[in-house]
Amino acid sequence: MSGIRIAGCLIAREGNVVRLTTEETAMANGAAGEAATMAMRIVVEMARLMGAEELIPISSAHIDGCLYHGDGGVEFAERLVAMNGRVSVPTTLNVGALDLLAPQRIRSSPHDTAMARRLMSAYVELGCRPTWTCAPYQVGHRPGLGEHVAWGESNAVAFANSVLGARTNRCGDFFDICCALTGRAPLAGLHLDVNRRATVVVDTKAISPRLKHTAVFYPVLGTWLGATCGSEVAVIDGLPTDLPEDWLKALGAAASSSGAVGLFHVAGVTPEAPNVRTALAGQAPLRNVLLTPQMVRATRDRLSTAGSGRIDAVAVGSPHFSLQEFAELERLSGARKFSVPFYVCTGRDVLEQLESTTGTAGLRERGVEIVVDTCVVVTPILASSGGVLMTCSGKFAHYTPANTGYEVVYGSLEDCVASAAAGRVIRDESLWS
Amino acid sequence: MGAELTGRVLIAGNASGPLLRLESPISFWGGLDPHTGVISDPRHPDHGRRISGTVLAVPATIGSSSSSAIMLELLRNGVAPACLLLGRHDGILVLGVIVARELGYPVIPVIEMAPTALAQLPADQLVSVTEQGTVLY
Repeated sequence: MSGIRIAGCLIAREGNVVRLTTEETAMANGAAGEAATMAMRIVVEMARLMGAEELIPISSAHIDGCLYHGDGGVEFAERLVAMNGRVSVPTTLNVGALDLLAPQRIRSSPHDTAMARRLMSAYVELGCRPTWTCAPYQVGHRPGLGEHVAWGESNAVAFANSVLGARTNRCGDFFDICCALTGRAPLAGLHLDVNRRATVVVDTKAISPRLKHTAVFYPVLGTWLGATCGSEVAVIDGLPTDLPEDWLKALGAAASSSGAVGLFHVAGVTPEAPNVRTALAGQAPLRNVLLTPQMVRATRDRLSTAGSGRIDAVAVGSPHFSLQEFAELERLSGARKFSVPFYVCTGRDVLEQLESTTGTAGLRERGVEIVVDTCVVVTPILASSGGVLMTCSGKFAHYTPANTGYEVVYGSLEDCVASAAAGRVIRDESLWS
Repeated sequence: MGAELTGRVLIAGNASGPLLRLESPISFWGGLDPHTGVISDPRHPDHGRRISGTVLAVPATIGSSSSSAIMLELLRNGVAPACLLLGRHDGILVLGVIVARELGYPVIPVIEMAPTALAQLPADQLVSVTEQGTVLY
């Protein structure tokens, strides 16, 4: 039995020993305060479980733990505050369970509302930036290629690793803040070159160029990827090389909902994959998969639990809507008025930029409701009557049935606009035939 | 009983209960109600089953990084499984148990086992788990 003694607790009870630097040992023994001591105990325990032999300094963190799921999470965060915890690296916050700019929008019980607010306040007191967005990369938090960070929120992890080339594992709630407090993460998993190499090649040559040049394809591709690859790293070949960032965002969000994808490569697009060979690090893949139109069609169908007929609401913005997506929504909406609520979820920083440029009056007149700091699948916003929700987000399509009780229909943003105006499902099927 | 399989101990402890082996990977957040312990994702093949008190075999974890928070609330609310047997996993569920231990909540053993080993365990029968990570069935 080997172990490191930290504040009276035996850590690393079996298997690998986690070697700490002098500074880390001091932190573990109280030199940086009680909160950092507890955080270091958790980081070292996780390092042991992950097989890490040492920790690595991180340059930033993104915290998913500020979304209220129950009173245990509040107790944890408030304990860190009571112990004078303070993050040691720049840290952004994910969505909470409240729209702080329009609190009346949320239908939670008084208890849940009060606790959600306490939780959000606690994380701000720990020194995190109140960004309240699941797309921190849209509001300036963009670590560079090869930079080690500790991020929570599954879509943000996939984006940071895949699109930015930064390095983070899929940090769970509570672990993210422990990394931020200590400034360290276990040196394991996606922090290491060997685990970033693609082992699966996905060939998309059988998919029509028209579909591949359309936004609606990417959440479907992501959903298929997550279900097919789980946590394996894939390189996707044959996609257009001018893919907009929003489409990659949608791909990663869907893949990390249906699977445990923390990193994917797109040949000729993402920074660690100038080509397939580089993404494979010169080695042979374990698997080659040819993506067929039938697979794509079947995946698209599985994203919906309802088919045709009346809809009760539309929701978009998971991950949070970008300025570019707002512009696209404006363009597609034209002069149409919506006959059902049309929720657009975004971050407060994006909303502020939108208001200082094109404004939101036109969208609001048409019936758009802009939700900030949170979104419709993490907290009760949709009318309690239930019904059918339409979305162009693969992540919303994945989580809506369990989290809201609504049936869901997946379509493009253009389909969502047409359907919201008509009050019933209108989808362009020609893309999928 | 008479057969046994041993895995890697992530959190040590003794436990027993009926073995519930999930048919598909799961995200605890968006997949499991933390107040009741019932699988709430209508697309999951085990939708409607209750995990509380079971020796829960999870072939793979997917999805949300908030699953650790759901694990913590299951423990706090007294509706957690008696033990977790994890196949391919990313540490997010075991993290929920580690944080529960920090907060002084009741904790459960967590054992890592190959998915092929999980597949050999007898579904819905009473099994017990030892501190050494052995599942007796």
